[in-house]
Amino acid sequence: MNAISINDVKHLATLSALSITDQEAEQMRTQLSEILGYFEQLNEVDTTGIEPTYQVGGLENVMRTDTIKDYGVNREDLLRSAPASESGQVKVGRVL
Amino acid sequence: MTIGEIRDSLRSGSSVVSIVEAAIQRAKDDPYNAVLEVIEKRALACAKDIDRKRANGEDVGRLAGVPFLAKDNILTLDSRTTASAHMLDTFVAPYQATVIDKLEAEGAICIGKTNLDAFAHGGSTENSFFGPTKNIADAERVAGGSSGGSAVAVAAGIVPFALGSDTGGSIRQPASYNGVVGLKPTYGSVSRYGVVAMASSTDVVGTITTTLDDATLVYDCLRGVDVHDSTTVSVEKIPAIKTPLNIGIIQEFMSSSVDPEVTQLVQAAVAWAKEAGHRVVPVSLPTLPYALAVYYIVIPAELSSNLARYDGLRYGLSRTTDSIQESYHSSRSEGFMDENKRRILIGNYVLSSGYYDAYYKKAQTVRTLIINDFAKAFESYDILIGPVAPTPAFRLGENINDPLQMYMADIMTVPASLAGLPAISIPVGRTAAGLPVGLQILSPMRSDFALLEAAKIWEGMNG
Repeated sequence: MNAISINDVKHLATLSALSITDQEAEQMRTQLSEILGYFEQLNEVDTTGIEPTYQVGGLENVMRTDTIKDYGVNREDLLRSAPASESGQVKVGRVL
Repeated sequence: MTIGEIRDSLRSGSSVVSIVEAAIQRAKDDPYNAVLEVIEKRALACAKDIDRKRANGEDVGRLAGVPFLAKDNILTLDSRTTASAHMLDTFVAPYQATVIDKLEAEGAICIGKTNLDAFAHGGSTENSFFGPTKNIADAERVAGGSSGGSAVAVAAGIVPFALGSDTGGSIRQPASYNGVVGLKPTYGSVSRYGVVAMASSTDVVGTITTTLDDATLVYDCLRGVDVHDSTTVSVEKIPAIKTPLNIGIIQEFMSSSVDPEVTQLVQAAVAWAKEAGHRVVPVSLPTLPYALAVYYIVIPAELSSNLARYDGLRYGLSRTTDSIQESYHSSRSEGFMDENKRRILIGNYVLSSGYYDAYYKKAQTVRTLIINDFAKAFESYDILIGPVAPTPAFRLGENINDPLQMYMADIMTVPASLAGLPAISIPVGRTAAGLPVGLQILSPMRSDFALLEAAKIWEGMNG
């Protein structure tokens, strides 16, 4: 595993839709390097032949009928949370 | 304060309105920064309704007239739900969490919302956009977290119970730091519909109370399958536990790096249990020391996905420009705290191609070994015990610039989270400086009621 560079941090921030200053990137680089270094200890553990666990509830394929249910929340209630709306739709800036 | 005291007060002629008014006043006078917002209008309307029903002799539920507070990552009507984050600081939810509906159906009254680390990322409540909550015993120390506000509000006697959420210790650790009872139930046994998601494979809603009876009653009201949350499972009430119990004390949690006063109090708890006739034997779970590394890979991975929804377009803080890409960046950069950003970056790093196998998949595989260690231990022991955290409450600011050191406070609580086990923190004493210390008790999945009953062994210890 490689040490993380300042460019890695900036690239990661872009992928995460976060803007960070050079100063923040440098601080994050130091902290992330330390945290990633701590993860190295997992290499000591022999996991040959062991399957990963992604969920612990023991549930599989929880099904329900494909019908519309009234959750008591209407379109107007939801649009009230949006910063801008028009004609019953959330309004956003230019996409393309 | 207990639920029983509220009941006694009602029985001796107090109205629900007067009880709720008194609780609201205490919440307003809160000197700890535990309570963020008081929900006055709705609470008083509910109180009047219950008084009317009581006068008519109608059924008013098992928690009739009991005021409570909810961690502010749980959606409530007629108030803001901020998750203590700038991102949501003006957000008013259009619907209410199932847990709040269930408690209201039993007659309980939500009088307000409590402080947390923003988006529940942290173990001190210092990452709150609204400032830290102060420890109950020492104003210069942290409340713990992330459910710090809930723990302190109950410890301060503002309400008899509060809701918290626990992803890696966020109920148990602040309960320990403030001398109250903190229950993290079995994964999936309480609905998460209407709870701000952090890490979906471990997030659980649970209770902060002053007694085990109150924890049992409130958990009984909360539990159950919810059609609005497909991850919910049922936990049945089981017959009384068989005594004497076989108790395993987790050796990996008793190392020399643990604060000597914490170790001493846990040893005292061992002696207490032996005195009561139970067998207490050291048990080793060799993969437990790796749980913290697993946790800080898996949880950031999940929360980086869960926090991708905050785009500044549909709800929450919005800094829109002509470019949609710029809008995302500016809304998220301003709305998230440093710790939120740090975790998002770690999460996206460990999930990125080239690192996925080395970090994320490796961590989830070690997680299997941790689960296996627990399964093996529970073949021989009814419950496992150990400290909740390596130290009592630390000083405000002590770890704020050292995230890895801050994460270390979670080292003893994350194993139960990764395995989905029920776990509880109960107060067992105080340090020489007067700081509360809890004992952590773990039991097999879906044995929550047995856990609550077993914990009573130590109920008399916190004298």
